[in-house]
Amino acid sequence: MANQDISMIAHLMRRAGFGAPRAELEARAAKGYEATVEELLHPETQPPLDRNEMMRYHPWTWRPGTLPGMGAAEWLHDMVNTKRPLEEKMALFWHQVFATGVSKVDHYDDVMDMIVKFREKGMGDYRELLIEMAKDPAMIYWLDNCENHATAVNENWGRELLELFSMGVGNYTETDVRECSRAFTGWTILPKLPRGPIGRHDWFFEYREEDHDDSEKTFLGVTGNLNGEDIIRIICEQPATSRFVARHLYNFFVADEAQVPAWSVTPPRDPAAINLLSSTLVNSNYDIRSTLRVLFNADFFKDSLYARLKSPAEVVVGTLRLVGHAEFPAPGLGNMSRQAGYMGQDLLNPPSVEGWHTGAEWINSGSLMQRVNFTAELVSDVRRPGIQAIVDRLQAQGTRTTANVVDSCLDLLGPLDVSSSTRDGLIGFSEEGGDFRWDTAEHIQTSTARVAELLQLIVATREYQFA
Amino acid sequence: MPSMSKDPVLVVLQLTGGNDYLNTVIPYTNPLYKDYRPVVGIPDDKVLPLDDKAAFHPAMAAIKPIYERGEMAIVHGVGYPNAPRSHFRSMDIWHTCEPNKLGTEGWLGRATREIDPHKENVLTTVSFGPSLFRALTLPGVPVACVDNLDTYGLLPGVSEQRQRARILHWFAHMYSPAVGMGPVMDYLGQTGLDTLQGADILKEAPKKYASTVTYPDTPIAKKLKGIAQVHMANFGTRIFYCDHGSFDSHSNQHGMHDKLWKDVSEGVACFFDDLKEHGVGDNVVMLMFSEFGRRTRDNGSGTDHGAGGVAFVLGEPVQGGQYSEFPSMKSEDLEQGDVVPNHDFRGLYSTLLEDWMHLDAKPIVGGTFEKLAYLR
Repeated sequence: MANQDISMIAHLMRRAGFGAPRAELEARAAKGYEATVEELLHPETQPPLDRNEMMRYHPWTWRPGTLPGMGAAEWLHDMVNTKRPLEEKMALFWHQVFATGVSKVDHYDDVMDMIVKFREKGMGDYRELLIEMAKDPAMIYWLDNCENHATAVNENWGRELLELFSMGVGNYTETDVRECSRAFTGWTILPKLPRGPIGRHDWFFEYREEDHDDSEKTFLGVTGNLNGEDIIRIICEQPATSRFVARHLYNFFVADEAQVPAWSVTPPRDPAAINLLSSTLVNSNYDIRSTLRVLFNADFFKDSLYARLKSPAEVVVGTLRLVGHAEFPAPGLGNMSRQAGYMGQDLLNPPSVEGWHTGAEWINSGSLMQRVNFTAELVSDVRRPGIQAIVDRLQAQGTRTTANVVDSCLDLLGPLDVSSSTRDGLIGFSEEGGDFRWDTAEHIQTSTARVAELLQLIVATREYQFA
Repeated sequence: MPSMSKDPVLVVLQLTGGNDYLNTVIPYTNPLYKDYRPVVGIPDDKVLPLDDKAAFHPAMAAIKPIYERGEMAIVHGVGYPNAPRSHFRSMDIWHTCEPNKLGTEGWLGRATREIDPHKENVLTTVSFGPSLFRALTLPGVPVACVDNLDTYGLLPGVSEQRQRARILHWFAHMYSPAVGMGPVMDYLGQTGLDTLQGADILKEAPKKYASTVTYPDTPIAKKLKGIAQVHMANFGTRIFYCDHGSFDSHSNQHGMHDKLWKDVSEGVACFFDDLKEHGVGDNVVMLMFSEFGRRTRDNGSGTDHGAGGVAFVLGEPVQGGQYSEFPSMKSEDLEQGDVVPNHDFRGLYSTLLEDWMHLDAKPIVGGTFEKLAYLR
């Protein structure tokens, strides 16, 4: 199989999923790139995960959960084991856009409900998703729309809808913020009970006619007795909205962009790509699936190898998918789910409504050490099936020089392109033992141990931090 | 007389989960205490009286001598208005000093930037715990995050010493500046080298350390011992952070709260004994806080989330005693069943930042708040 094909499929799976072991990449490359894109775009063709298994081994996933620290464990398990990688990747994408956190909501169940909605609607009509978010109890509480009354307007949701979820600053006035907020008065949640001793009661959306400001409003030049649905319709008629969503998609799937608040003053990295994605959104009536199809098949996507730093969720999930043996929801799941948080991405608990700062801002000395150590520990465990498979492939190649084995390992972990100084470093570290031999039991043992150490140093490289 | 030539050092011990104020510093002579706490209340003959109003929980015997020698300030009624009674939200507010919006910059991250604006020391601030507390986060400010000092470092899985030295040698080689790699790669390279350097320095700390003090084998004592080791190694660390918990005593409070305070008291007592033995306690002040206190009335087994809490400031530079006031427990003075805070935590921070760390507190805590005079 041409290495170019493997490289392209590996790229697609890192971006549209969380990476895949070599055997899976080979099988997908045999089916072809476009066929793989179609399969990813249609998760319903693959079996869902068995929910009963989680309930059986981790009964805290029954509502009400609200167990701090265990909150993201179920989602982590889903991301690692899903047969529908793009479905989970889209859930992560929308979670990073509609960033809502338990730090304020204080209700893991209701924030997890958002993830379920992202799975169901994340590749559908963006306008429907916006309406779904406007009615989402966790979102309503997070952005205080339950405090947005006909007689006393609270602008939190109204403002963020325009600033962070649809158009971006510079495309509306303060009056529009006010009018938008008025249109969402009365969009609230039930029941309004205080927090109980072990958590909150489940919330439900409620539209309260008597608390809705029914008078005339003028929003972005449109005057009328506007309600929330009207606002979302008008928002999606604005060119700014399709460009804003296009930029989000580009930043998440293609290459690191500036942070969202800087978009009004920083032009896109690739204006032609944004134009293409933006016009696809408009022409497809905001169908995210159609837009993703264009994105994954575009040259700018295929030319963007390793142009993004991995997010912590991608590091943790990608490593677990690579090394394997994470199918069973074992007791260590809670600890595993906290690892991304130690690297700076506490899932279901973003630092603010702006979401996480991505790209180079993922990296600091503490988070880099967490990344390197977490990944190195797992790839050095040769009992893991994914690592054993790598050792088996190397062994099948017979006696090889250190440089050969370094290149093979880089290939099997990526294929990963590294700078010449990185490659020199890997060879320099590994060559002390001479050629890798597999002809006697003792040689197999030594060579296996050397591979395990080499893999640790590879995942510690700068290049490995990119996806 | 504390030596002014040494830089002031702040140690923060976070009591995660909401420590029950009223069972920590117990208003044992107030009849309302017994009314409100039929189950979790501590009987008179068990408490450790400090004066005719307040007593320590019996599990705090080890820490009481620090109070008695005048090196422990009890700061009553700490909190902030409109307590949300949520762990996450409340801890966020304590970490970022932003009660009205979600803050992203930690107060000690800001302090670190003030202390070391040119990032000359990768160990200006050292956190002991598996994750970086939000109090310490600020983009671009390096903070060393240590889980276990004995195994701290990059690639701890490679344990054989010579092999380990080799792998780290090549790690440094691979992270060294190279021409034309671009700003992101350069940044990653610098961060990797900072990490390696911090780890290299920190792992020397346990080697230099010898003490007659035997810390108990508890997680908090282990962290405090690590802090003592790094402090004594003179790496220029000015801020240490660690936590212990969970203090979330909704049920079965008796055994749980006892064990938590026994471990904290013994760990803290050993820590200060250790500093004293080495003559290095004169520039160390410790803050102990929790994100909220608990409900005044017990729930038949434990106590639920409340508002006003208690903080402690300890160390040789501290003027011991009790500061602020016990909030009233009369039912008409309670808010949603909780004692109402009467001292804003940002005033607590301001005192430590200005009167101890010699920093301007206003931009760090976001305003001017009442300070109290518990620092000598």
